[in-house]
Amino acid sequence: MDVLNALVAFLNFVFIPGLAYGAQIALGALGVTLIYGILRFSNFAHGDTMAFGAMVTILLTWWFKSMGLGFGPLPTALLALPFAIAATAALVLVTDRVVYRFYRRRKAAPTIVVIVSLGVMFVMNGIVRLIIGVDEQNFADGERFLLNPQAFKAATELAEPLAIRTTQAVTVVTAVAVVGLLFWFLQKTRTGKSMRAFSDNEDLALLSGINPDRVVAITWIIAAGLATIAGALYGLDKSFKPFTYFQLLLPIFAAAIVGGLGNPLGAIAGGFVIAFSEVMVTNAWKKIATYLLPESMAPDTLLQLLSTDYKFAVSFTILIIVLLFMPTGLFKGKSL
Amino acid sequence: MTAPFLIGDQMTGGYGPVDILHGCTIAVEKGEIAVIVGPNGAGKSTAMKAVFGMLNLRSGHVRLDGEDITGLTPQARVAKGMAFVPQTQNIFTSMTVEENLEMGAFLRRDDIGATLEQVYHLFPILKAKRRQAAGELSGGQRQQVAVGRALMTQPKVLMLDEPTAGVSPIVMDELFDRIIEVARTGISILMVEQNARQALDIADKGYVLVQGANRFTDTGKALLADAEVRRSFLGG
Repeated sequence: MDVLNALVAFLNFVFIPGLAYGAQIALGALGVTLIYGILRFSNFAHGDTMAFGAMVTILLTWWFKSMGLGFGPLPTALLALPFAIAATAALVLVTDRVVYRFYRRRKAAPTIVVIVSLGVMFVMNGIVRLIIGVDEQNFADGERFLLNPQAFKAATELAEPLAIRTTQAVTVVTAVAVVGLLFWFLQKTRTGKSMRAFSDNEDLALLSGINPDRVVAITWIIAAGLATIAGALYGLDKSFKPFTYFQLLLPIFAAAIVGGLGNPLGAIAGGFVIAFSEVMVTNAWKKIATYLLPESMAPDTLLQLLSTDYKFAVSFTILIIVLLFMPTGLFKGKSL
Repeated sequence: MTAPFLIGDQMTGGYGPVDILHGCTIAVEKGEIAVIVGPNGAGKSTAMKAVFGMLNLRSGHVRLDGEDITGLTPQARVAKGMAFVPQTQNIFTSMTVEENLEMGAFLRRDDIGATLEQVYHLFPILKAKRRQAAGELSGGQRQQVAVGRALMTQPKVLMLDEPTAGVSPIVMDELFDRIIEVARTGISILMVEQNARQALDIADKGYVLVQGANRFTDTGKALLADAEVRRSFLGG
């Protein structure tokens, strides 16, 4: 029995990766849920909006580095983020102007707009691959570890290392800051309240003199910001590959729906539910079990429920279970 | 006689190609209460929506304080001093009572504190529940939130579409009392009501609509006293 080593192994292989991944999913799901709440359609292009935002971040990071600009121990990408957000916001605003506004004016059914967003997704996907290519890009720089595993082992004399990568810490801190800022904006500011009012009851919002064009534009800008941050953080933490963002769409939508579509708090909770389920189901528990169980009962298999290749099945299963038993999600969102 | 403060004059129109209103005229004087009654499908709510610009008129005019506002959008009419309380879905259910009132005052850039106090004075229960989500309130309290929201723009005309629909008789009396109080502050009130007898009782002017046209128009008292109106529309 070695509880301490088991705990460290759990933190190292399950908790910390799950926390960082959950933060990335939650940020993505927040964008999806905001669009759903205010523009009333499921935006399938959100994953590729994230890819676009991350791509601009990478290009700017390269440019900054070529000029000798860095951010000390932190990734240079953080410096590039504000500019990437501006570029992505411009892209989605133009998209709204030339594509979505047409369907909004015609009061098109949400199912039609969903398919429209699918088209937008393919176009954005193409743009990203055309500009940066299909290959994997690694753009994380600065200090690699916040908590170095060797240093941890030396200091504690435990058999198990504990590593906290800078990108993981940056991910969690940024996500907390962004979510705090978003909730402050939605709860306390006049514009934020008008967005909630518009989401709650569009007709009454119009009767109250709330300008729908302004609400729509601000929603797109915020969604672009969230997508860029989520995309860049995911790229920093794992690595950037255009196709992975398309695959991220499933866990992101699962998170938004599990939490309750249109409910920002639900999106965050859903993000962590999905991320931790995925990590726990695909984690090999052999090491932790060996520490906890008596030697005679030590497992001789990996104790891995699902291979990581099947991790998307986890989101899908949770999605189906929630839709069957709680169609409006854990936090009372809108029903589909 | 001078022109009424708000008048929908000879309005003809509907939602689609078929007209629902046929030369219908609805008017209200400053600080008075005008009530529209009539059988189901008479076009009461439609007349109201026409006055507020929520449907296109084929002919006829809407004038506010002498100014022709027929071409204005509902939002522009809000800016002109008109407020509308729809029959259903007339509050932001996920927002607190106070946020509902704040949204009512969205167009205003000045300090809304005094108006907020006035609304709380008119509906004291709203002050007690101001941090609660409006969707959690009872039917009568929701109607108070809805009327309060509309009052936040400091309107000159308040239009109510069946404010007492679905509330108990006690709450209905209470709401009518509040509406009289609002009218005494100089705000004109135009409302559609199912509870015709009680509504005509507080009305300065009553309109009985049948099939989108005026059948009877008189003071509330006179309509209540009219034998034919009583027999046909008030159940004897």
